[in-house]
Amino acid sequence: MKKIISFKYVFVSILLLIALWQFAFTISDYSEALFPSPLMALQALIEMILDGTLLASISASMYRFVIGYGLSVIIAVLLGLVLGSFPKVFNYVNPSLQLLRPISPTAWMPFVVLLFGIGDLPAIVIIFIAAFFPVLLSTVSAVLKIDDIYFRVADNFGIRQPALMWKVILPAAFPQIANAIHLALGSAWIFLVAGEMVGAQSGLGYQIIDARNNIRADILLATIFVIGIIGLFLDFLLGLVEKKILKAWGGEQ
Amino acid sequence: MSYIHIENAGKTFVENGAEFTALADVNLDIDKGEFICLLGPSGCGKSTLLNAIAGFDLANHGSVQIDGKEVVSPSTKNVTIFQNYGLLPWRSVIKNIELGLEAKGIEKNKRREIANKYLKLVKLENFADSFPRQLSGGMKQRVAIARALAVEPDIIFMDEPFGALDAITRMKLQDDILDICKTEKKTIIFVTHDIEEAVFLADRIVVMTPNPGKVKGVIKVPLHHFRDRTSGDFLLVRDKIFDLLNMKTEESIEYNI
Repeated sequence: MKKIISFKYVFVSILLLIALWQFAFTISDYSEALFPSPLMALQALIEMILDGTLLASISASMYRFVIGYGLSVIIAVLLGLVLGSFPKVFNYVNPSLQLLRPISPTAWMPFVVLLFGIGDLPAIVIIFIAAFFPVLLSTVSAVLKIDDIYFRVADNFGIRQPALMWKVILPAAFPQIANAIHLALGSAWIFLVAGEMVGAQSGLGYQIIDARNNIRADILLATIFVIGIIGLFLDFLLGLVEKKILKAWGGEQ
Repeated sequence: MSYIHIENAGKTFVENGAEFTALADVNLDIDKGEFICLLGPSGCGKSTLLNAIAGFDLANHGSVQIDGKEVVSPSTKNVTIFQNYGLLPWRSVIKNIELGLEAKGIEKNKRREIANKYLKLVKLENFADSFPRQLSGGMKQRVAIARALAVEPDIIFMDEPFGALDAITRMKLQDDILDICKTEKKTIIFVTHDIEEAVFLADRIVVMTPNPGKVKGVIKVPLHHFRDRTSGDFLLVRDKIFDLLNMKTEESIEYNI
């Protein structure tokens, strides 16, 4: 029952969005080539699906995303667990992290392109940077915040490293780490598109630029729509995984 | 020499440049199998003394020895039970009890067998796969007790273990802990601020007072293992403690003509 109600909200909400778009199309003076209607975008979407360009773009983007985001999360969590376990070391690392953190990942873009050229790498690097700092800093703070009693209990029962890491530190810090991983997914996906607009010759971000160059606003808007849908889907997927792990570790479901 | 030997033990902290004495000149000898209650108001250093014996927070004066060896760190042979249980919320009840057994390198089937035995002892066999958050406070503390017993420790330290429980649950757990003591024969050092709890449980009560934390006196409780909270002997021991803590009001005499 709850599912059906939430579907109702989704349906109405999306319908309203499309209606607003249609309304803007109706009253605007722009030519159809520059500002197409929802129906035209849908036709472009079908065209892209049929000729295979959409699938090619999505798979290029997903490849970069999975590698960039996956590596970033794995390295950030591992590094965060280590730095959190050695607060004295973290004190030396933290100022540099704070300096690098507020820099927009796109600011690195030209530098990355200079180093690696056009291709998969710039987008991967941008995604990596976008996810890295929030996940790293959250992991460190989650480890530092672990209740001392868990360490006392572990100490008392003779649990030492490396068992301490995966029996106590990781599960104790996990809820906060999971939260950061989840938030980072959103920003990583956002920066994937930015990365591909500048540093790639394929993928969803490039497709937007390509559509603009060919003055195909219908393809452009259809691609934007697809980017939104995939972002939503990835978020949903990660939410499921997160819930599964939390449940296995006795958290609230 | 006695099993636990504490000589001139003290603990001082430096706070904002001023030295603060949490514990001063404690001399105490404890025999194997004794149930000792450290009793006193907050700030009397009872938890400090417990932590010094358990090895979590060492004394910085004097000496604390267990079985002839100076205490330098927590030992897996002595287990501490905390007021807020110290259960790992990401582990089920049975996995919590197995925690100490894992570190000992006991193989899986044997672990489960031992854990089940102690789960039964604390009467929670129907909750093996529950998670701590699904249990009441009293049940959580039972799990902590089972987890401690499972590693067959020599000494069990209990730091106000029933302090967060309601009065009725607390009495129930006090009964249980006495029962368990009868079968398991452990040395137990139990911190509490509840006078009746101390009289009900202890073989000897170490009465402590604050500013600075020190031992005011040690009272033997001659009640053995049959304790009646309303008996005359019980009240007599309680009276002695009130006396030591200077909590007796001067009797005022009224004259009526």
